[in-house]
Amino acid sequence: MGFLTNLINGISLGSVYAIIALGYTMVYGIAKMLNFAHGDVIMVGGYLCFIAAGSLGLSPIVAILIAVVGCTCLGIVVERLAYKPLREAPSLAVLITAIGVSYFLQNSALLIWGADPKAFKSMVPFPSLSLFGGQLTISSVTIATVLAAIVVMVGLTLFTSKTKMGKAMRACSEDKGAAQLMGINVNTTISMVFAIGSGLAAIAGVLLCSAYPTLMPTTGSMPGIKAFTAAVLGGIGSIPGAALGGVLLGVIEIFSKAYLGTQFADAIVFAVLIVVLLIKPAGLLGKEIHEKV
Amino acid sequence: MDKIRNLSSATKSNLITYGMVIVAYVVMQCLVSAGAISNSMVGLLVPICSYICMAISLNLVVGISGELSLGHAGFMSVGAFTGLVVASCLRGVVGFDPLRLAIAIMIAGAFAALAGILVGLPVMRLRGDYLAIVTLAFGEIIKNLLNNLYVGLDTAGLHFSMVDAKSLGMQGGTILINGPQGAAGIDKLSSFTAGFVLIIVTLFVVLNLVNSRTGRAIMAVRDNRIAAESVGINTMKYRLIAFVVSAALAGMAGALYAMNFSSIVPKKFDFNTSILVLVFVVLGGMGNIRGGIISAALLTILPERLRFLGDFRMLIYAVVLIAVMIASNNTKAQEIIQTVKSRLRRKGDDEAALAANANEGGAAGE
Repeated sequence: MGFLTNLINGISLGSVYAIIALGYTMVYGIAKMLNFAHGDVIMVGGYLCFIAAGSLGLSPIVAILIAVVGCTCLGIVVERLAYKPLREAPSLAVLITAIGVSYFLQNSALLIWGADPKAFKSMVPFPSLSLFGGQLTISSVTIATVLAAIVVMVGLTLFTSKTKMGKAMRACSEDKGAAQLMGINVNTTISMVFAIGSGLAAIAGVLLCSAYPTLMPTTGSMPGIKAFTAAVLGGIGSIPGAALGGVLLGVIEIFSKAYLGTQFADAIVFAVLIVVLLIKPAGLLGKEIHEKV
Repeated sequence: MDKIRNLSSATKSNLITYGMVIVAYVVMQCLVSAGAISNSMVGLLVPICSYICMAISLNLVVGISGELSLGHAGFMSVGAFTGLVVASCLRGVVGFDPLRLAIAIMIAGAFAALAGILVGLPVMRLRGDYLAIVTLAFGEIIKNLLNNLYVGLDTAGLHFSMVDAKSLGMQGGTILINGPQGAAGIDKLSSFTAGFVLIIVTLFVVLNLVNSRTGRAIMAVRDNRIAAESVGINTMKYRLIAFVVSAALAGMAGALYAMNFSSIVPKKFDFNTSILVLVFVVLGGMGNIRGGIISAALLTILPERLRFLGDFRMLIYAVVLIAVMIASNNTKAQEIIQTVKSRLRRKGDDEAALAANANEGGAAGE
């Protein structure tokens, strides 16, 4: 049963990574930027939910909604103020700006909420599921996380393939200039991507904090980097790739913690990424683009 | 005079860079001996030197070779901990401290170069953002491994373990590196003069490399990989040279940095440190060695000077970072800066003209 428990925990952690990785992958696909501030949006989402449910005493569903709406607005504002002026700038300048935004969010959180860790109360207040006569217990957070990841994934796939906005997003990520000529408002589309990515980050933040209930201004950085790794592992820019990469990474992390000791888990996760990239340089499901002379 | 005039512009620029560092060193040395600098600033001198070396070495990868490296702190930490172990081993053997420091720094550089080769060989198969993420991954792996490294020294020699301090099997002796707790009781061998010498050495290596056949090949690969390949440049080889030299220099800077403190932990050299050095390079101007030196020095002093702002200090740092990036890269912001500049210049010209007129008037009156 130990194996099964680990597998379920791995899939659950991986689902959180997958939701975060989606934000990375969509932003990269359309804006070709590594958004290092994405991890900190997770943290902001966690805090918003914590305040809404804890201090204001709202019901979990309202608290989660507040976190999602708050982070969506945050994503749009950040995009307008910091990234939009740099549309034509070299990618390194955008990267440094994203890091600046990340510092800004972390230190704002530090000023507003303080450095001491907050004990996050789970947003999924249901009893655990007991199987095989109590040999295997699955917590409600685990189930909620996996379900949320599936819903998000299906929703996004439908959104990008069926709706007008979704098609515009795909067009922009293929060729911005041509998309503009076809009458697509590229700026609005990019803002929309940031809004969706940040909203997803809020959901991921709530789920992450429900499973690992300590909340600090730096809570988002390590999951952010791991999810970024997951996005690259699956092939950055690809939505199914982000899902696959996230789940794989979560399972590998939990298994290496369980069987090889906790101290080397991070090294193993990153080593897997390196090995995969050496065999498939564009990630598992990424499209390899050949350079033309 | 003619000789100076006949120098190529690259040589002139390099001489200005060396001159700037030497003048800065002499001025700081005078100020320190005159007691005109606060203690906290004196404590910053060696870290500044070490960050300057880091900025120069990362500039070789990011600016000259055109690859984004997000794991440079990993090499710094390999150098730091190698340097510490070597310095401790030589404690009774080499009596002259500067020589002990020099040997430690050299061996630290060699080990970091070795790490550079191990990381560089796979990394150089990739390009662009994928390369960046893999350097990030290697940086995290190095941090994770050093976090679990235990090294002890007793009469039987060095003991290594990746499990815990007990499994070192020591008979007395001292534990040099104690896993996540890092190293403590370090001999503070580093000095401002040592830092200055290391900056000069780093500059000498990088500037000579850039202005050599190898350097031109590296830049050719950066500017157009396919064109460079078609004229017979081995792109893999030259990218690797830049990467390994840079890693070695980062290791040396790390050894200098570590031996300035009485204790140091592997966590110090994390992703944030890599980013810090990257910020120095980008703000100084990619590939601009002199700019990198200046921004490394200023950005190390700035947070210290802003300490009176308390918790708002890093917030302001973040805002400044974003503002500088937008001001230097946004076309509209550039236009505004240009108009302000030209207006100021015009105003200056007007005043100068007025003054000249007044002078003429005065002269005519006499």
